[in-house]
Amino acid sequence: MIESDDFVKALQDIGFDFFTGVPDTILGGIIEVLGERRLYTPAVREDEAVAMAAGAFFGGKIPAVLMQNSGLGNALNVLMSLNLIYQIPSLLLVSWRGFEGKDAPEHLVMGQTMPQLLETIRIPHRTLSQETIIEDLKWAAQTFMAQRVPVALLLKKGIVKAVQP
Amino acid sequence: MQPEEGVMQSRAQAMKALLELMSDQALIICNGFPSREAHKLCEREQNFYMIGSMGVAASIGLGLALAQPQKTVVVFDGDGNVLMGMGTLATIGALQPRNLIHVVFDNEVYGTTGNQPTYSRVVKLDHIAKSAGYVNVERVWEREDIIYEFKEMLGNTGPSFLLIKVNEQIEDADRVSIEPADMTKRFKTAVTP
Repeated sequence: MIESDDFVKALQDIGFDFFTGVPDTILGGIIEVLGERRLYTPAVREDEAVAMAAGAFFGGKIPAVLMQNSGLGNALNVLMSLNLIYQIPSLLLVSWRGFEGKDAPEHLVMGQTMPQLLETIRIPHRTLSQETIIEDLKWAAQTFMAQRVPVALLLKKGIVKAVQP
Repeated sequence: MQPEEGVMQSRAQAMKALLELMSDQALIICNGFPSREAHKLCEREQNFYMIGSMGVAASIGLGLALAQPQKTVVVFDGDGNVLMGMGTLATIGALQPRNLIHVVFDNEVYGTTGNQPTYSRVVKLDHIAKSAGYVNVERVWEREDIIYEFKEMLGNTGPSFLLIKVNEQIEDADRVSIEPADMTKRFKTAVTP
């Protein structure tokens, strides 16, 4: 399992310098480290977070948005009618709740359909794995810069160390 | 019917008064007719015209204000937009961006879609902004008050919230012709040093 500290450092090394989002248990450790480094600005909804990230991008930042995949539902319209239309890139760090059907009922439909959903709305995505994490981050940064679109990295339980609730 | 309605400006008249007071401030304008009217009245490269993503004009403004703390960021918003993204009033109140001025043209209707009433007729958005923690909050409808309060807010430390009660009149204005992707490039260049 990757330490949250190392993961945040890897994101910073690639250039990400503005972080916002809405928490999830899988993302808790990352958010804690970001908070300690005064890099994280909490949002109250995921669509607000994506829009704040867009504003930060206009202001010269390289933004990343953290959210549970349920929040992807909240963020859909902003992703489709702001980011994808205006070509505003953003890194989406999305926790994959409901992966392989092993989660609480409310996560199962999104857990099962998320990859197809992202493909349908044409958001490039990869699932982070411990072995390829640096390449995955590099791919995300390159796609972000080249295509000027939101890029999603999907984070399953147990890849980056989470805090215990 | 509001007693103040007789002296109310149209949104375009109020907007014009504000635009005449602006210099190099960044300006985010919400979707629908507000963006079309601003584009017709005073096209400038520091203007970001929204065409979709209703409810998040203030969130975009907030992100920019946080990223560029030396730059004054103005948001032109509507009552329907604020009601849709009301959580952002809390985010702004909590984060206290000193350089953010949130202007709401409140016509109490969804004007772009045919004047369906919004809840701002009964819910006072300025009271909510005050409770959320905006530092300067004013509710105005007469031209001279609009000018006076906006001037004050341009010179003061924010976050500020200017609620302008306007009538339902819509200015005859075409859709914004600038390609969205071009606007991103133009706006980003104009608002970063």
